[in-house]
Amino acid sequence: MFNRDRWKEILEVLTTNLFRTILTAFGVFWGILILIILLAAGKGLENGIKADFGDIATNTMFMWTRSTTKAYAGLPKDREFEFKIQDVQTIRANIPNLRFISPRNQLGGFRGGSNVVRGINTGAYNIYGDYPEIINQDPMTITSGRFLNQNDIQDKRKIAIIGRGVRNDLYDKDEEVLGTYIKIQGVNFMVVGTYKKNNTGDDGEEAQKEIFVPFTTFSQAFNRGEDVGWMAITANDGNSISELKDKIITTMREKHKIHPEDNRAIGYFDLYEQYNRVESLFGAMGFIAYFVGVLVLLSGIIGVSNIMLIVVKERTKEIGIRRALGEDPWSIKKQILLESIFLTIISGMAGIVMGALFIYGVNALLDANGPVDMFLNPSVSLGVVSIALVILIISGLLAGFIPAQSAIRVRPIEALRTE
Amino acid sequence: MAKMIEIKNLQKSYQMGKNSLHVLKGIDFSAEEGELVAIMGSSGSGKSTLLNILGLLDVADTGEYHLDGKLIKNLNETKAAKYRNQFLGFIFQSFNLINYKNALENVTLPLYYQGMGRKERQKKAMKYLELVGLKDWAHHLPNELSGGQKQRVAIARAMAAEPKVILADELTGALDSTTSYEVMDVIQKINDQGNTILVVTHENDIAHMCKRIIYLKDGVIEEDKKIKQVRASEYVQ
Repeated sequence: MFNRDRWKEILEVLTTNLFRTILTAFGVFWGILILIILLAAGKGLENGIKADFGDIATNTMFMWTRSTTKAYAGLPKDREFEFKIQDVQTIRANIPNLRFISPRNQLGGFRGGSNVVRGINTGAYNIYGDYPEIINQDPMTITSGRFLNQNDIQDKRKIAIIGRGVRNDLYDKDEEVLGTYIKIQGVNFMVVGTYKKNNTGDDGEEAQKEIFVPFTTFSQAFNRGEDVGWMAITANDGNSISELKDKIITTMREKHKIHPEDNRAIGYFDLYEQYNRVESLFGAMGFIAYFVGVLVLLSGIIGVSNIMLIVVKERTKEIGIRRALGEDPWSIKKQILLESIFLTIISGMAGIVMGALFIYGVNALLDANGPVDMFLNPSVSLGVVSIALVILIISGLLAGFIPAQSAIRVRPIEALRTE
Repeated sequence: MAKMIEIKNLQKSYQMGKNSLHVLKGIDFSAEEGELVAIMGSSGSGKSTLLNILGLLDVADTGEYHLDGKLIKNLNETKAAKYRNQFLGFIFQSFNLINYKNALENVTLPLYYQGMGRKERQKKAMKYLELVGLKDWAHHLPNELSGGQKQRVAIARAMAAEPKVILADELTGALDSTTSYEVMDVIQKINDQGNTILVVTHENDIAHMCKRIIYLKDGVIEEDKKIKQVRASEYVQ
């Protein structure tokens, strides 16, 4: 195959009618370019959407209470109830394979009024009462100081970790943050750390404007007693939270004397299920990208096949001469196939390079103009490029197969007779 | 002398729609090593068909064909290609050189198909180009050569693989008489070295430069006679 004469001949044949060769190559070039761009665009969308999830642990569910809708065990319907701090122990004792169970309480929220004061600056922020584990479920980068720890919980320390957004609102640019005090609904907390989160999109800004304080401090300072606002529960890596969800909710129903069929009393949000839905959406998009890309490529391949047929027709006499001189039919077949594969691969490579340049350009534009919603870092992996190459080789073979077959079907005597 | 070619009761007919055209109606003929045979006949007499069958480009319907003592029967294309390469050299009326390859490359082709190494086959091809007097033209493309030169390149190509038999189909048909004699001169010289050559022609003077003439008529051998060879060099300056 790596025979100097053979390659010389391939180049001679393909350059004899250079313009025609280039036009033919363009079909394949275009097909692979479209394929690469489609895949990269899909990847960009996927990266964008996944960045909206942030670094949050995706094998997670959130669970909160609503009012009961069915009377049960002597208790009326429309009864309000709250999760208690003891519920965490109950869940941990009854359900295996859970990694984190974080009870949470919250102040502020959507359109909440100003609740934090520092000197003459005020702001409205989400204030969370949390356990230290929450940083594993809702990851953030501690940019200075520290996060909550177990001692803070036990001692009910009045400390706070504030987001970058809060810091920018309440402090001057070069002001020292750690050790200063902020007043949350009239209670002073010492700032011991700052964080930033990697979320993008609509809640990207909001995610930087949160304040974390110890759960126990929160309960005492803001009169929550043993109540728990909601829980964030993450399963172990090998188990999906979606499968454990029902068991957790059933346990809670029993504990709080709720009718076993009262589906509305406990609200929940299964992040894992959402994530999987998004995952399968991107799976489908990838499939469509391949499907469309390969179809476009196919028309290019047909072009190559067509031209190879013409080339074979033009060279019928030459093939006749070569067979009279004793060339093995298989050798002729190989020659045609190699020409076809060579043409396909060269033009496909050009398409891949062009696609890579295009992606590079788009990335440069994105970098220059700041992030765009739901679109981030479009790219194709080395794996995709290898798949594209395999597709090219196979299609080159397919494109050359019929012409090669027709080249050796003509009997040498008939080929020689052609003038 | 060993028999190079031996055919017995060779028959061939072509199917033309409903009609069957009986072209060869039982040919018996043999040629010994070193012979220079002309096959003559009017058009339609079957001489080209006979040559094609002898050249393994076509297959007879019935009859036996021994080439250098080997029975040629039921060849597949791969095998036929191999035999053509090893035993036969072809010279055509229209030269049939490959346009985009230069003279030297054209001559190396049969050797390339044998799988001979590059250096070796170029050396060998050069030797045969020298034999036909075209050493200085080795790197010219066919369209830079005259008709006579092209035919001499074709002769060198036919010789390159050192075949048992050389088959020439109207090799002077596209040449003027002076050039024809030059080409025949080369053919005679090659024959003098002991090569077996079969020439199909309808030109009497060309036929008389061979050593034996076979006249074909309507698919049978009408006459088969040895003649006194006319040397082409007498006409060449």
